[in-house]
Amino acid sequence: MPLSWLVLSVLSLAAAGYFIGRIRVLKLAGGDVRALHSLPIYYGTNVAVSVAVPALAVLVVWLLAQPTLIERSVSGMMAPEMIPEGSNLNLVMSDVRRVADGLNTAIAGGAMSLAEAEAMDATVVDVRARLGELGVALGQDVRPEVLAAAKSYRSAAVTGNTLRTLIVLALAVVGFGISFSKTKPDYRARNVVERAVLALLMGAASLAILTTVGIVLSMLFETINFFGLHNWRDFFFGTTWAPNFRGDSELSILPLLWGTLYISFIALLVAVPVGLFAAIYLSEYAGPKTRAIAKPLLEILAGIPTIVYGLFALLTVGPLLVNMFGQSGSLGLGWMSGATSVLTAGIVMGIMLIPFVSSLSDDIINAVPQTMRDGSLGLGATPSETIRQVVIPAALPGIVGAILLAASRAIGETMIVVMGAGAIAKFSANPFESMTTITTRIVSQLTGDGDFSSPETLVAFALGLSLFVLTLGLNVLALYIVRKYREQYE
Amino acid sequence: MTDATQNTGAVAPKSSLHTLDARTKRRNAAESRFKLYGMVAIGIGLLMLVTLLTTILSKGTGAFTQTFVTMEVDLLESKLDKSGERDLEKIKKVTTFGYAPLIKSAFEKTVKTHGMETDLKSKTMAKILSKSAASQLRNYVIANPDQIGQTIEFRFLANSRVDGYMKGRVTRDSIANDKNITPAQLDFVDQLIEVGALTKTFNIDFIIGADASDQRPEAAGIGVAMMGSLFMMLVVLALALPIGVAASIYLEEFAPKNWITDIIEVNISNLAAVPSIVFGILGLAVFINYMHLPQSAPLVGGLVLTLMTLPTIIISTRAALKAVPPSIRDAALGVGASKMQAVFHHVLPLAAPGILTGTIIGLAQALGETAPLLLIGMIGFIASNMPETVGEGLLSPNSAMPAQIYEWAKRADPAFYERAWGGIIILLIFLISMNTLAVLLRRRFERRW
Repeated sequence: MPLSWLVLSVLSLAAAGYFIGRIRVLKLAGGDVRALHSLPIYYGTNVAVSVAVPALAVLVVWLLAQPTLIERSVSGMMAPEMIPEGSNLNLVMSDVRRVADGLNTAIAGGAMSLAEAEAMDATVVDVRARLGELGVALGQDVRPEVLAAAKSYRSAAVTGNTLRTLIVLALAVVGFGISFSKTKPDYRARNVVERAVLALLMGAASLAILTTVGIVLSMLFETINFFGLHNWRDFFFGTTWAPNFRGDSELSILPLLWGTLYISFIALLVAVPVGLFAAIYLSEYAGPKTRAIAKPLLEILAGIPTIVYGLFALLTVGPLLVNMFGQSGSLGLGWMSGATSVLTAGIVMGIMLIPFVSSLSDDIINAVPQTMRDGSLGLGATPSETIRQVVIPAALPGIVGAILLAASRAIGETMIVVMGAGAIAKFSANPFESMTTITTRIVSQLTGDGDFSSPETLVAFALGLSLFVLTLGLNVLALYIVRKYREQYE
Repeated sequence: MTDATQNTGAVAPKSSLHTLDARTKRRNAAESRFKLYGMVAIGIGLLMLVTLLTTILSKGTGAFTQTFVTMEVDLLESKLDKSGERDLEKIKKVTTFGYAPLIKSAFEKTVKTHGMETDLKSKTMAKILSKSAASQLRNYVIANPDQIGQTIEFRFLANSRVDGYMKGRVTRDSIANDKNITPAQLDFVDQLIEVGALTKTFNIDFIIGADASDQRPEAAGIGVAMMGSLFMMLVVLALALPIGVAASIYLEEFAPKNWITDIIEVNISNLAAVPSIVFGILGLAVFINYMHLPQSAPLVGGLVLTLMTLPTIIISTRAALKAVPPSIRDAALGVGASKMQAVFHHVLPLAAPGILTGTIIGLAQALGETAPLLLIGMIGFIASNMPETVGEGLLSPNSAMPAQIYEWAKRADPAFYERAWGGIIILLIFLISMNTLAVLLRRRFERRW
């Protein structure tokens, strides 16, 4: 039974259970609602929940676990000597999956009978041609051991799916039976239903933990694989980034980190002064009308998708900078050769961060107690002296926190640097050269045709994990500073 | 304290309070300078906003119009259906090459009827049309085989160089090294404009059409990518809203103060700040490599964006729940509702406008997100037609609006840049209307307690 039908039948059983539960309890109470412990809908809901929740929960777990289990048992069949030269288990397994899928399509389409598929022998029949005739294209010839593995893969999957359908349906029916037999007027249905709902709410809340765990684990496993193939010293302390898909690459994070930090630094150089002064003006000088207009307008900048900024960098700011600093530019300096550069990406990213810095600092400056300003003004200081000598020092930790948050945003930003920064990894202090960043390399290493067993592809996971740790560290530090500062005045 | 202390001390300066001394002047100058810095900063911010918007508008509006050539084409029986049997299978055997002569003769006819003078050969004339012209003709004939032998008026797309010429992007100077078009062809284009056969009109195909290969920028549209985005948003809405609301209700109303709750809260605030590309890596590793969900499918994109949007929705939902005063809960509990009933029957409906606003803003964020989509393969030329069923829409490879824009920006032909800017206009229209809706909802339903 296909998955969608299985889910649908469980859900319709649950819906039927809802009405049956309601009707039964009302009938048992002789139609008198006052004789019931809970409202009738709780009895109905109780039956529906007992049908759907355990069955669907088991289904989800099954869906997650089955591929791994089958994969493990089938890859156990592949002895190391069966893996051809220059290939590896992952590649062979993806072949196996493809052949198994092909067999499935052929059988489902009625082009081949089940027995025919089981009896097929790769030493006798040209499986690729046979499946090709049936409209299933395979990339290469099928070797006997792959076909054997594919057959057992297929039969394991078929058995698994049948078992899945049976168990899930059985659970649904058992749930129905138990809850139906419990449905009596004095059954505390509301309490049971509420406990179940609370459990569901809790499950939803813990999804956040699950996501974090998923992020860390998914990257950690591949990173460990990567360090199995590539020296970790070279990754952390090497000085060259030169991926080479024929192998023997030099993959070091340092040049990428340099590019990332340099671009972020330029972005902050643009965003911090502008954002900070804008925040000071808005919170200390501007009247309510100016504030009501200028603040939302500035915040539009934060709502614009980064792809727009990326395009702006690539097609507008980059060419503009080349026109000024390029070979035949208006300044005649010849400093810049292409539109992509550290400066291009940095300036545009700075524009993106202006509202981020300004609204965070605005909140923080507003949190400085008015009495401190009044005291300073009362002693004869001008407003600007008050701001510089009283308000800013008091808000400084918070502002530092805001800048750190902005820095973390800049480091993790992808589209602007993919489109505006270039692809050359190097240590250079020249802002007119194109340079590359961690995020850019993650995109380019993972969007090619690379297989997931070469260090050139796996390095993206190590880069991702480093990026995650870096931004997480900055965020935790920033939040700690901001929170500590807030407590000071509360 | 005695009066004596007032008379001793520093000698008072010999000036009036009404004349400013040098120090006061300096301080006042510093004051106005400081204020000026603030104004300049805001000015820079607003200037950037205006620059950005005018750039988008000035470069993108061109994508909504397109140059078309209108001609009468004789659908000659001798070329299309030699047997005269109107047998569809035989008509289908005629490839697009077989239709090229029809287009050539249509040009010759146009030149003759309008009395134009030109030295160009009809083959060169036909080159001002898009490469899709012949297949457009063929599709028409296959759909209407009974019209073979008649003369029908067709509207063909002009190629991107001619279109650029109409929009001022291509000039006679700029095509000096261009193999795709010659000045003589542009002269011919001028003649066609004079007789009204070549016009620039609104192009609905940009909004509803599919992407085209990089040889035919004039035929590319964003419609299919828009459907991809739509299906992703459906997935995000269907998953992120219930899960987000459930998580917020638990954290805000039921969670005991203990270390587990603390961990969950810290996790959520950290997830909100994780770079979006990391979610892309998660999607690639878990949904595609582990679960073997189809690559480039809007379903996977939607799942990744759900995880990314959840923290935003949870944070705004919690704020909305917190804004409902405790008296509401107390009143419900007081008349005998259980805690669960108090929350679901009374607090949640009152918090609904706030939750809705937060959800719409979260969706708008997800709609504009690109980076994770690159990693799960929603880029590249994904030649697809409009999905026909919901299942197909969720599972068949598609692109999304921002990914499509990125794809166009990467291509070499500058004609695609116009498309990219045009795509941004459409994307921004969506975002602006979603945010306006959120603001309106907040204005309409916001309640101050």
